[in-house]
Order: sequence, then C-alpha cells, then structure tokens
Amino acid sequence: MILATAGGFFRHLDAGKWADIGQATLDTLLMLGGSLPLTLLIGLPLGVLLFLTGSPQLHRRPVLYGSLALLVNLLRSVPFIILMIVLIPLTLWMMGTSLGVRGAIVPLVIGAAPFYARLVETALREVDRGVIEATQAMGATTWQLVTRVLLPEARPGLIAGATVTVIALIGFTAMGGAIGSGGLGDLAFRDGYQRSHTDVALVTVVVLLVLVQLLQMLGDRLVTHYSRK
Amino acid sequence: MIEFQRLHKSYAVGGRAIAALQPLDLTIEAGEVFGIIGHSGAGKSTLIRLINRLEEPTGGRLLINGEDVTALDAEGLRVLRRKIGMIFQHFNLLSSRTVAANVAFPLELAGTPRAEIDARVDELLHTVGLEAHANKYPAQLSGGQKQRVGIARALATRPQILLCDEATSALDPQTTASVLKLLGRINRELGLTIVLITHEMDVIRRVCDRVAVLDAGHLVETGPVTEVFLHPQHPTTRRFVNESEQVDEGELHKDFEAVAGRIVRLTFLGADTYEPLLGRIARETGVDYNILSGRIDRIKDTPYGQLTVSLVGGDVQAAQAGFVAAGVHLEELRR
Repeated sequence: MILATAGGFFRHLDAGKWADIGQATLDTLLMLGGSLPLTLLIGLPLGVLLFLTGSPQLHRRPVLYGSLALLVNLLRSVPFIILMIVLIPLTLWMMGTSLGVRGAIVPLVIGAAPFYARLVETALREVDRGVIEATQAMGATTWQLVTRVLLPEARPGLIAGATVTVIALIGFTAMGGAIGSGGLGDLAFRDGYQRSHTDVALVTVVVLLVLVQLLQMLGDRLVTHYSRK
Repeated sequence: MIEFQRLHKSYAVGGRAIAALQPLDLTIEAGEVFGIIGHSGAGKSTLIRLINRLEEPTGGRLLINGEDVTALDAEGLRVLRRKIGMIFQHFNLLSSRTVAANVAFPLELAGTPRAEIDARVDELLHTVGLEAHANKYPAQLSGGQKQRVGIARALATRPQILLCDEATSALDPQTTASVLKLLGRINRELGLTIVLITHEMDVIRRVCDRVAVLDAGHLVETGPVTEVFLHPQHPTTRRFVNESEQVDEGELHKDFEAVAGRIVRLTFLGADTYEPLLGRIARETGVDYNILSGRIDRIKDTPYGQLTVSLVGGDVQAAQAGFVAAGVHLEELRR
C-alpha cells in the first residue's frame, strides 16, 4: 500500500525524466564552472581594492572607497531575479543570447563578484595589523604586500569566502530557471511548479543538497589545510 | 648616527591637533644601545616609528648618517627601510610561512638571489639558535623562540640600525633575560645601533648604554644609564627606578626616623664596587655604620653598588671625606 502510494508519487520519474535531470545537473555545473572563475577573478582584486582604499594604515582614498562600496552595495541589494531581468540587454549584447547556460554567465558573475569582493575585504581585515606594519617596515611595495602577505595570510578566509560564494551561485543558478537559463532550477520550476510534478522537484532538491554538501566539505578541507594559527 | 631635530608629531582628533610628541632634539650615536623609557601613552611608540617613518612627523627633521629622512620619497623610504631592522612586542611573524621562510622574507622583498637567501637564512638561524626549528610554523613556537625569529628576520638584510618596539614586554622574565643577552651580543659583534623602547627600567639597566625618559610627549631626562639610573633627577625617572628596585621612598624615609646618626647614600661604580671601603673607613675614623638598604648589581657591564647607611660616633666628617676621596658618590639624606 505504502509502496503503491510511493510508486504513485514518483510516477513522473521515467527514464526520459532521469535523462532530463542529468542534463539539468550538467547545465547547473556548467553555469557554476563558467561563472565561478570569473567571479573570483573580478571579486578578488575588487576586494583587495576595497581593503586598501578603506584602510587608514594603507592607501586610504575615501572617495574611491565610497564609490566602490556604493557600487558593490547597489549590486548586492538588488535581488538576483530582478538583476537578471535588468541585465538582459547587456547579456544579449555580450553573449548574443540571454537564455541557457551562455545567457546565465553574465548575470551570475555580476551578481556574485561584488558578494565575493565583500567577503575578500572582510578576510583581509582579519590579517594582523602588526604583520602589515612589519612588512611596511621591511620596505615592501604595495604589490609585494598584497601578493606576499595579505593574500597568503588571509588564504583560509579567502577560501571560506569562495565556498560561501559558490553556494550562493548555486542559489542564483536555480533562480535563473525562472527566465529560462536551464539547469536544475529551470527543471524544478517547469516540472515541479508549473506542472506540479512534486517528485521531480524533490529529486532536484536532493541533487542540489548533495552538490552544496560536497562543495562545503571541499571548502572546509582546504581551509583546514591552509590554517596555520 | 640618528639625529632628531625639533622633530614632533601630533594627531588630528575631531579637527583638533593632539600632540603625541613635543618637538625634541636627540642624538643617538652609531653602535650604541639607546633605550627610551616611558609609561604607555608617553609617546615612545610614536618616537621609535618616526625613525623608519611608520609614523609621519608633523614637523622637524630626522637625519640618519647625515641624510634627511623626512625628505625621502616613497622609493627612497623603501631603500632606507631595508637598512633598518625592526622587532615587535607581538613578534608580527607571517603565520603562513615557516621559520626559515619568515627569515627569508625581507631578502625576497629586496630581490636577493635564492642561493644567497638560503645561505643567509642558515647563518641567521644559527646566530639566534633556531636551526632545529627551520621548518616549523610560528604557531608551533614559544614566545621567546618567536622573538628570536623576529630578530633573525630583522637582521637578514644586514641593517645598520635595529629598532626594538617593546620587544620583551610579552615575554616571561627568564626569556626576557635571554633575548636581551642576544641583543647585547648582536650589538657587540655586528656593531649595530640598537634603539629600544620599554616601560621596564630593568631592560634599560641590562642592555642600554644611554637612556632617554619620555613623559607625556616630553623628553624629561637623557644621559648614560649609570647616571640616570643611579642619580635620577626628574620625578618620572625616579618613579621608574624605584619601581624596578621595588622601593617605596615614602615608607623608607619613615623607617629611618627611628635610626640614629647621619644618613647618607653611597654610590659605588665600576671596580670600586668590590673594594672593602666601608670597613676600612670605619676603622680609620672610628665611625660605626649601619646599612639600612642597598643593592649591588650591574648596569650592563658596569658593576655598581648603592647603599643607604647611617653613620654614628667617631669622625663622621672625615669618614665622608674619605668616601669622596675614594671616588664614591655621596649624598646626605639626613644630617
């Protein structure tokens, strides 16, 4: 009886649907793989710049810091689903389409890079002021300070921040489903919500859960590996 | 040689200028260990940071070997800083680097070739006695070991000047003694000028040749440690000396009220300290002496004794003249 009910509940999960789920998972991974490197590549220098221009000990530039902080706050305060819609013209211009994995990369990066930049800034603030002072006393240039002291000393924090960012990105890719970006969110939205196939939605939840769990574990391990305190 | 010429520093707090350091003139000779003592907030931390411009002066000039440091541009300042080592109260080691990599760090910054760095690091770790810990991370070391890494790192680029910012304040007394000994050895063997700041008179007494006393941003007393330590003039200096001797002057003077005779303070310095002077003079003049308080110790390499004694009977005048003739500094505390 229970099995029959269960069988009834999972009735939409035929071989074709499993293939769809596989494809959606792959699309989600592709979106992550495409957007994460760019997010880190833009977020890291932006975070360093925020830290340097905001620090009284280093290169305080109140106007520059204020403008950067405003931009970052602006992008972060717009809910991602709205940001995606607003960015459609830019995405079209840059990628030729606003749909699918290709169309998702631009809004994902623009949404997540400021988020990561703030986490980078926070991680850098945790670097001991005394260590920065000692480095200055040795006659280091700002470039040397950033590359040889700030980034290595903050590495556990930077990795933890990247982990939080990649998990936020998974959330963003799922929202992208609403405007046809593909991936697990798209599948859950079309099958799970519009057709009320709750079983499909449930499977997407499980896949996302496993994905988040794996990434978090990987991040935690890297943080532990690089922690020397 | 480091020359402060009317150098001063003030901070803007809420639009008002708060003076951290009043204009001061001071000359630190090459090769000496110069101590600056003051309570927290006296401006000593600011003073030492003006030397390598971690703090920008508000006015005045600072000359190092005749070069005006206050006029240097960013590149000139970096070159200068490579010639000045610095160690810190909290060591400030890079936690992500091993001991050897920490010592190598200033050489890497200066663009020294790898092979040369490796040889120099070995040599430095040997100097500070940490060869066995080369591959450990700072978190695995004790405070004293961390400071030794700090010293090795500060010496890496063969600087002419070493700045010590409360370098022993976070260490226990035994470790403090061994770190001070190491600093003294470095000063002798490398001929390095050492400038240190501290709030402990004992640190000054053990390693410094000369001392300056800072009080609320003012330089109140400067001179050889033997002079300042044994004959402090300014109340702040006296307080520091008494603190280190654990003497409460007020209580001491009350105790003396019950003592008969004349009370004098005798200060012996150098070889005189070990002369049997008291007994000889007492015999010759028929004076009875009673030691009320005193201390026999060393100031860096100079032995000294400072005794408060009462003199009764006999020819007190002749006894006092005898002490003075023998080169003892005599101070009458009570006639």
